[in-house]
Amino acid sequence: MSLPTKLTDFSLAEARDAVQAKKVSSKELTTAFVKAVADARPLNAFVTETPEKALEMAVASDVRIAHGEARPLEGLPLAIKDLFCTKGVKTTAGSKILGNFIPPYESTVSQNLWDAGAVMLGKTNMDEFAMGSSNETSHFGPVFNPWRARNSNANLVPGGSSGGSAAAVAGNLCLAATGTDTGGSIRQPAAVTGTVGIKPTYGRCSRFGIVAFASSLDQAGPMTRTVRDAALLLKHMASVDPKDSTSVDIPVPDYEATLEDGVKGLRVGIPKEYRIDNMPPEIEQLWQKGIEWLKAQGAEIVDVSLPHTKYALPTYYIVAPAEASSNLARYDGVRYGHRASGPKDIVDLYERSRAEGFGKEVQRRILIGTYVLSSGYYDAYYSRAQKLRTLILRDFTEAYKKCDVLLTPATPGPAFGVGEKTADPVEMYLNDVFTVTVNLAGLPGIAVPAGLTANGLPLGLQLIGKAFDEATLFKAARAIEIAAGFTAKPTEWWRAA
Amino acid sequence: MTERTVKLLKGQTGDWEIVIGMEVHAQILSNSKLFSGAATAFGASPNSQVSFIDAGMPGMLPVINKWCVEQAVRTGLGLKAQINLTSVFDRKNYFYPDLPQGYQISQYKSPIVGEGEILLDMNDGSTIPVGIERLHMEQDAGKSVHDQSPDSSFVDLNRSGVALMEIVSKPHMRSSEEAAAFLKKLRAILRYLGTCDGNMDEGSMRADVNVSVCKAGGYDKFRATGDFKHLGTRCEIKNVNSMRFVAQAVEYEARRQIDVIEDGGTIRQETRLFDSKAGETRSMRSKEDAHDYRYFPDPDLLPLVLDQAWVDGIKASLPELPDEKKTRLTKAGLSAYDASVLVAEKESADYFEAMMASGADAKAAANWLNNEYFGRLNKAGLAIADGPVSAGANAAIVKMVAANTISGKIAKDLLDIVWSEGGDPEAIVEARGLKQVTDTGAIEKVVDDVIAANPDKVEEVKAKPKLASWFVGQVMKASGGKANPGAVNAILKQKLNLPD
Amino acid sequence: MTVGKDDVRKIAKLARLALDESRVEPMVGELNGIFQWVEQLNEVNVEGVPPLTSVVEQRLKMRDDVVTEGDAANALMANAPSGEDHFFVVPKVVE
Ligand SMILES: [Mg+2]
Ligand SMILES: [Zn+2]
Repeated sequence: MSLPTKLTDFSLAEARDAVQAKKVSSKELTTAFVKAVADARPLNAFVTETPEKALEMAVASDVRIAHGEARPLEGLPLAIKDLFCTKGVKTTAGSKILGNFIPPYESTVSQNLWDAGAVMLGKTNMDEFAMGSSNETSHFGPVFNPWRARNSNANLVPGGSSGGSAAAVAGNLCLAATGTDTGGSIRQPAAVTGTVGIKPTYGRCSRFGIVAFASSLDQAGPMTRTVRDAALLLKHMASVDPKDSTSVDIPVPDYEATLEDGVKGLRVGIPKEYRIDNMPPEIEQLWQKGIEWLKAQGAEIVDVSLPHTKYALPTYYIVAPAEASSNLARYDGVRYGHRASGPKDIVDLYERSRAEGFGKEVQRRILIGTYVLSSGYYDAYYSRAQKLRTLILRDFTEAYKKCDVLLTPATPGPAFGVGEKTADPVEMYLNDVFTVTVNLAGLPGIAVPAGLTANGLPLGLQLIGKAFDEATLFKAARAIEIAAGFTAKPTEWWRAA
Repeated sequence: MTERTVKLLKGQTGDWEIVIGMEVHAQILSNSKLFSGAATAFGASPNSQVSFIDAGMPGMLPVINKWCVEQAVRTGLGLKAQINLTSVFDRKNYFYPDLPQGYQISQYKSPIVGEGEILLDMNDGSTIPVGIERLHMEQDAGKSVHDQSPDSSFVDLNRSGVALMEIVSKPHMRSSEEAAAFLKKLRAILRYLGTCDGNMDEGSMRADVNVSVCKAGGYDKFRATGDFKHLGTRCEIKNVNSMRFVAQAVEYEARRQIDVIEDGGTIRQETRLFDSKAGETRSMRSKEDAHDYRYFPDPDLLPLVLDQAWVDGIKASLPELPDEKKTRLTKAGLSAYDASVLVAEKESADYFEAMMASGADAKAAANWLNNEYFGRLNKAGLAIADGPVSAGANAAIVKMVAANTISGKIAKDLLDIVWSEGGDPEAIVEARGLKQVTDTGAIEKVVDDVIAANPDKVEEVKAKPKLASWFVGQVMKASGGKANPGAVNAILKQKLNLPD
Repeated sequence: MTVGKDDVRKIAKLARLALDESRVEPMVGELNGIFQWVEQLNEVNVEGVPPLTSVVEQRLKMRDDVVTEGDAANALMANAPSGEDHFFVVPKVVE
C-alpha cells in the first residue's frame, strides 16, 4: 500500500495503520490537521477549535504507542459535531441559546471515541439544534461546501444539519467526523460533499449526551472519506449504553472484517416510489448506474414497492417538530444558556430568553410542534403521523421479504447556492425526501459518493438496510465505492481566500 | 353496598350533598430517583442531590428505577387493583422554574395500575368502600423558595425527579370525615406495604382534594348513570398536608360552593389553595391561564412491559394488610372497634402482635393497650416507637393479671413503675412483694381484723347489704391491694352472713 | 385546517416564545404553507392502524435502586445565568 504524500490526505484507516506501525506519530498527524483546520476558517466548518487539547491528546497517544498500548483509534484526530456534549468544551448545538454552554459531562459516543484513543480537533458547525438541510440556520453563520461548481466562485451549502462535519471531512480538515441524522442530516450532507455517511439503526449508537432534536429519530453516525473508514469509526462510536433506554442490547460487530465480502447473491431492492416527479436526469442516471454496478458484481436486482414513501416527509414534519417542541422546553434561561436581561417576571424571562436565543427555523418548528400536540389537534396530526409511521415501517418489512438492501438516490440534487432555498421552508424540507423514511422506520442508511454532475459537483447514492444489518450496508457500499472509483477532490480554494 | 347515612348540608334552598374525590401523591421509598441515580434523602442542602438528568441538562436521558416500578406494583396489589402489564410514560408539558425539563414524565393514557378499592374504617366501627380509579408513576418537581428575597424566587431541584405514585380515588366520599378516613387508610396501607413512609410533614404524602356539591339525590343519579354532571362542578384543592386540614378544607369548600350557588352564582372549575392558618380555600392566581399539557408518549422511554410471573412474585411477598389483620384479630376475639384501632397504625398493630407473640391473650392485650398504655403514651406525647415500655414487658403484666398473680389495680401501679424506672415486671413483682394474696387463711385474718375494728358497720351492713363494698375496700387497703378480690368477696359474704 | 392569527398567538404563548406582533402575520402564512402541504396525510386510510410506539424491539431497561450521582452542586450551577448559595435564582414567582 502506498501512502498519500500529504498527512491530511490519509484516510482514517490509512492513518491508523501508519500510526500503529509507527510510520507517523500522532503528534505529526494532529499538527497537520490543526493547521488544516486553521487554514480553512473561510469554510466556517468549526464552531470551536481545540488545538491545545488535540496536541495534548496526541502526545498522550504517542506515549501509549511507544509503550505498545495503542488502542484501535490511537492518536487519530477527529472532528465532533457540536451537538455532542464534550466535558469542559463549549457545546452550542449551533444555537445562541447555548452559546456559552460548557457541559460538565461527555456524550457516550464521544467518550467511546476517546476511550478508543481518538484525538479531538474541535466542534463542528451545524444547523441550529440540527434543524436544517443546508447549515444555514446556525447561529454561527453558514458553512461553505469545499466543493464549487466548475468555473464558479459561488459558495454552495454543504448540506445539513451535519454540514460542518461534512465540510471538514470533504476538505481534509480531519480524518473523520461524527454527525447526527434525524431526517437525513448525515447522509444528505455526505452526498453533496462527496463523502460517506451512515445513519445506523436507531438504538445502535447511544443518544446519551447528544443534544436532543427529535428523540425517536435522532441517531449518531460517522462521516468519512471512505466506506472502510465509516465501518471502522462506527465500530467505535456504537455501544450498548445503560444510560440510554433506547440503546439496543445487541453486540457491535467488526464491520471492517466483512467489508470486502462482495455482493454476490445479494438481493438489491429498487423501490419504484423513489422515482419522484421532476427528478433531475442526472440523479436518475446515477441511480441507474448504481444498479448496473451492483448487478455487475453479482447482486440480484429486485423491484419493490414502498407505497407510503410520499407521505414520509409530511409525517416527519409533524413528528420531529412535536418532539422538538418538548425537547427544547428545557432551554428556558433558568439553569444554563441565554437569559434575557431585566426580565419583569418569570414568563417574561421565558418568552424573551427563548425568542432571543432561538433562531427563526427553530422557533418555526417549536410552533409547529406545539400546535400539533395541542388539545384538539393531537389526533388529527400527531396521532395520525404515528400511524403513518407504522405503515411506513410495514412497507419496509414487506420489501425485505424480497430483498436484503434497497438502493436509492441520496438527494434530489447536488449542493445548491447559499441563500437559494431559504425563502420557502417546504422547498428546503424536500432535500430530505429520500433520507427521511429511514429515520421514521429506525433503519440504517448509508450515503456513498457515486459521481459528479456535469458541472463537477458530487452526488451520492443511498443504501438502506434491515435493522442492525449495517454490515451488509458496508459491503454493498464498498461495492459501489469500488465501481464508482470516486477520486475527485475539491480544489482548496479556501487557502487562497 | 352497605346502607350509609349521608351527611346533608342545609342551605337556604334545600339540602345539599358533598361529593369528594382525592388525588394523593405518595413518594415511593427509594434510595435513588425515578429516572436518575441521585439520592432522595429529605433535608439535604440545596441542589446537592441533583443529577444532570434531574436538572434537565442538554442530552440527558431517563433510565427507570426498577425498585420504584416494583413498589408501584406492590401498592397496586395492596389496593386490590388491576395491574397493567403494559403501561406508557408520557410527557406533560408546561413551564415552571422547578420543572427543569419543561415537562413532567408521568403516565397519562396507560397507567401502571387500574381500578381498585379501599375500605374506610369509620369511628362507629362501620366500613365504607371507596373506589380507586388508577395509580400512576411520575416525577416530582423541584421546590421554589419565595421568602428569601423580595423580588426573586430560589430554585432547589433536590426533589426534582423523585418517584411519586399518584393515587386517584373515584368520587365516592361524601363527608369531611370520609375524606380524612380515606387519607388515613391509604396512609396505613402504604406504610404496611413499606412503599411510602407516609410522612406528611416532609411532603412524602400530599393530597389534592376535589370537592363539589349537588342537591340531595344527585350522587345517587351519578352512581346510577355514571354521568358526572349530576355531581356539580368540582374545585381541586391542592396540597392539603394533614388529615385535619383535609376535613377542614372540605367543610369550608362545600359551604363556600353552596353559598355561591345559592347567591345565584356558578362554580368555576379551578384549582384552589388551602390556607391552613385562615382555615380557608382560595383561588390560585398563577394557575389560572388555561393549561394545555400537550401529553404525548415520552420518546426517550419504551413502553413499560411487565411479566405476569414477576407481578405474581410481588403478590406472594405482600405483607398482611390492615383489613386482613383486622379480620384475623376479630376472629381472635377482639371487637371490630378494638381491632380497627389497633390496625390503623402499623406500629400499634406490630406492638400488639409482639405482645401476642409473648403469650398475652389477644383480648386482654387489646384492652390493656387501648385503656392503659396508649393513653399514657398519648398523654406524654410519645410515639409507640419512643415509648418506655417494651411489648414484652406489657405482655408480662397482662399475663400476670390473667394468671391471678397480680390484681388489676397492682397491674396499673406496676405499669407506672416500669414506665418510670424500667426493669422486668416479674422481677419487680417478686422483689416488691406485689403478688396477689390468694391464701384464704391470710385473707380471713385480715377480714376478721376489719370486722373486729368496725362493729357499728357490721350492724349497718345487715340492713344495707350494699355496704359490703366498703368492707371489700377496707380489706384490700389493709392487704396493700394484694388480696384476691374474689376471695375477699367470698369470705366477707360468709363472715357477715350476707345473702348471695 | 387553517391557522389564524389567534392560533399563532396562542401557541407562541404556550411555547413561551415572545412573538412580536409584526411577526404574527408572516408566521400565519408560513405555518399555513406547511400545514397545507401536510394535509396530504388525510388521503391515507389509517383506520385500525396502531400508532408507532417505538422502533426499538426490546424491553424497557431498568436500573438498580442505587445512588450513583447527583452530589455536584458546583458543576450544576457552573452554567447558571443567576445563582446564589447553590440555588438557581429567577424573578419572584407568585403562587
Ligand atoms: Mg393530578
Ligand atoms: Zn401528579
